[in-house]
Amino acid sequence: EILVPEFHKKIKEAFEVFDHEANNTVDVREIGTIVRSLGCCPSEGELHDLIAEVEEEEPTGYIRFEKFLPVMTEVLLERRYRPIPEDVLLRAFEVLDPFKRGFLSKEELIKYMTEEGEPFSQEEMEEMLSAAIDPESNSIHYKDYITMMVIDE
Amino acid sequence: MSTHDLEDMGCGTSSATQDRQPEKVLKAALVIQNWYRGYSARLKARQRYALTIFQSIEYADEQGQLQVCFASSSLLLVKCFSSLLIIEKMNVRVRFKLRNLEIVARLFGSTSQDNRDRQECVTLIEVPNSYNGPRLQFPLTFTDIDLLVEAFKQQQILHARYVLEVLFETKKVLKQMPNFTHINTSPSKEITICGDLHGKLDDLFLIFYKNGLPSESNSYVFNGDFVDRGRNSIEILMILFVSFLVYPNDLHLNRGNHEDFMMNLRYEENQEVLFSYLQIHGKKILQILEDVYTWLPIGTIIDNEILVIHGGISESTDLNLLHRIERHKMKSVLMPPVPLDGGHDTKSKKHKINATVMPWEVTSSSSLSEQLTKHEWEQIIDILWSDPRGKRGCYPNTSRGGGCYFGPDITSKVLNRFQLKMLIRSHECKPEGYEICHDGKVVTVFSASNYYEEGSNRGAYIKLSSDTNPRFYQYQVTRTTCLRPLYQRVNAIESSAIRILRERIISRKTDLINAFHLQDRTKSGKVSMSQWAFSMENILGLNLPWRSLSSHLVTTDTNGNINYMSSFQDIHIQKPVKEAQSTLIETLYRYRSDLQIIFNVIDSDHSGLISMEEFRSMWKLFNRHYNIHIDDVQVDDLAERMDLNKDGSIDFNEFLKAFYVVHKLDKLNKSESSLA
Repeated sequence: EILVPEFHKKIKEAFEVFDHEANNTVDVREIGTIVRSLGCCPSEGELHDLIAEVEEEEPTGYIRFEKFLPVMTEVLLERRYRPIPEDVLLRAFEVLDPFKRGFLSKEELIKYMTEEGEPFSQEEMEEMLSAAIDPESNSIHYKDYITMMVIDE
Repeated sequence: MSTHDLEDMGCGTSSATQDRQPEKVLKAALVIQNWYRGYSARLKARQRYALTIFQSIEYADEQGQLQVCFASSSLLLVKCFSSLLIIEKMNVRVRFKLRNLEIVARLFGSTSQDNRDRQECVTLIEVPNSYNGPRLQFPLTFTDIDLLVEAFKQQQILHARYVLEVLFETKKVLKQMPNFTHINTSPSKEITICGDLHGKLDDLFLIFYKNGLPSESNSYVFNGDFVDRGRNSIEILMILFVSFLVYPNDLHLNRGNHEDFMMNLRYEENQEVLFSYLQIHGKKILQILEDVYTWLPIGTIIDNEILVIHGGISESTDLNLLHRIERHKMKSVLMPPVPLDGGHDTKSKKHKINATVMPWEVTSSSSLSEQLTKHEWEQIIDILWSDPRGKRGCYPNTSRGGGCYFGPDITSKVLNRFQLKMLIRSHECKPEGYEICHDGKVVTVFSASNYYEEGSNRGAYIKLSSDTNPRFYQYQVTRTTCLRPLYQRVNAIESSAIRILRERIISRKTDLINAFHLQDRTKSGKVSMSQWAFSMENILGLNLPWRSLSSHLVTTDTNGNINYMSSFQDIHIQKPVKEAQSTLIETLYRYRSDLQIIFNVIDSDHSGLISMEEFRSMWKLFNRHYNIHIDDVQVDDLAERMDLNKDGSIDFNEFLKAFYVVHKLDKLNKSESSLA
């Protein structure tokens, strides 16, 4: 319908920013960033599947725009991979904090993020800690943290 | 497993034991990880957008300045030759003041009289006892390098006399160097290659700290663009030149596109620097520096395999020719060779650089021997200005306005033609400080970290030795000892980028509003996103992700349509003179950096003052190039108002600074960021 041409332009813009060589391809490792910059929140598993869809038959390490565009348009049209609402995110932290202290210790956070679910890499963990940890108490007060991150966006 | 299953977790109270169920923990972790990855990716995308904004504007500016400089220098060429004609009492169509001849003589490198101003005169400059800065001893030794580095770390200023002596000596030694220095590595001797420094002294200090000062056992190649943009261009030049004089066989300097006196004229920092190095000698320093630039070698060849040059190549790059040409005749990218045969050869006037073609009749006393041929000149331009790209072939570099884009096929062809294996170049800022492309055959190395803004990019250098693969070292100069979290760094560069973009938007306000009105017939004040993005791209000439940036630049209504006037509401150009018409102010604001160049060219004694008559003729020059019709009366009026002390001269710095963009929200933003 009317949405498709707008989606096409939006996807093209986001793609071009990462197309360093101006040849309509991007490094496959940037696909996650591009998809997420368009407002979608796929899990790592879902991202993996999406990449499989847009990759060449013989993977080259590069994704071509011609293959990416139709797939990403469908994603946007179907409103797939919707972002996590703030209250769900808060609830998730509360599950990890069963005694309702209002915070998680640094060790606890590291343990959960690197051992459960789709584990963080060391780089991801360090990056999250640098913004989340209160250096005095060495803990993350998740409610404040969420509020700060949400305002920033 | 979908994280969206968690939405049915609800917010009912659960007991602690329930929550500890492994399944729930797993789901919770997934939610947080998923959210965080999305957030982090969006931060990185914003960082990329900010860099794209900086880069597009930088290249558009470079191109714009090439155009205006070319115009002013060719107009001055006309004046020069016409003035010569006046002197020879021939029939001339246009009269010019004799003053212009001085301007041109200054621009066109040293006249024969200046050549006789040699070092003897420099040694007559006295360094007073009260001078607390570093004192150099000629002939220079490694202690002088150390002395300089320590002095500059304490922000001392080197006396103009030493600056001049160093420049004279450097020119003398450089003259003996070939166009390409051939060097060899050995298992015990490594070479370090650094890219653009752009006046960022902290980066040079960091490199020396990590990698050691230059010496016979620690060779360096500095691949051009030592100056401009950063505040410490002179300090960097002094350290590099002194090191070169002490170790001429181990410190190699290649010319970059910014080692060009006309490019230097553009940057305000350079004006201030010249004043701090004593007004009286500033002019002389500039003159000798112009010469030194022209004697910088074009490139370095390592182990007969690796070519190190500043920009890149084109399909016609001929290294044999480049070895032979007289490189010092390349004064400036903005002064291409002039046809001297009566001007009939119109084809030769069209260069790769966009320029207005000026037909003129020429008879002059300058000889062919003082110029390069057009072909030779273009060969050097390609070396200094080109950029590698993924697309095959070779085509004009439209974002810079000079040199070309060259593809992997061109790289292979040219490297094979000269039996080389790799090209190391600089010229482009890379987020990681370096980048490898064209199947590993082309490496870009860029050594100015935080080039656009704090946190924008890392710097890097390369170490080569004969046995191993090149090794890359990255760094980033940070003001605070511990790195700020990513979101703070991204916020900083994003707001900086958006601010300069908004300034650009306000400077094109009239044209933009006209474009919007064409699309908005009903004058509703709204256009679709598509129309808005299209107009912005067209009028501003910047290839940016407009849809993604729109939330920072305009307000949108509930239907997704853009209120296009909202771009102009928080910002207005503050006028010193209320009655002046808005088009004049806007035009002045838009071209203020161009005006600065023209002003600097005409203000031959760098005094910061020009006479009323000069102001008027400068305006005419400007008018002619940009085809803008601004009333003479308006110009006169403004000139008179700007001359506050009514002494017949205008302080142009004040004039320019009077036009600044006021951000209503800027104060608010500042207080927010101080809380973060």
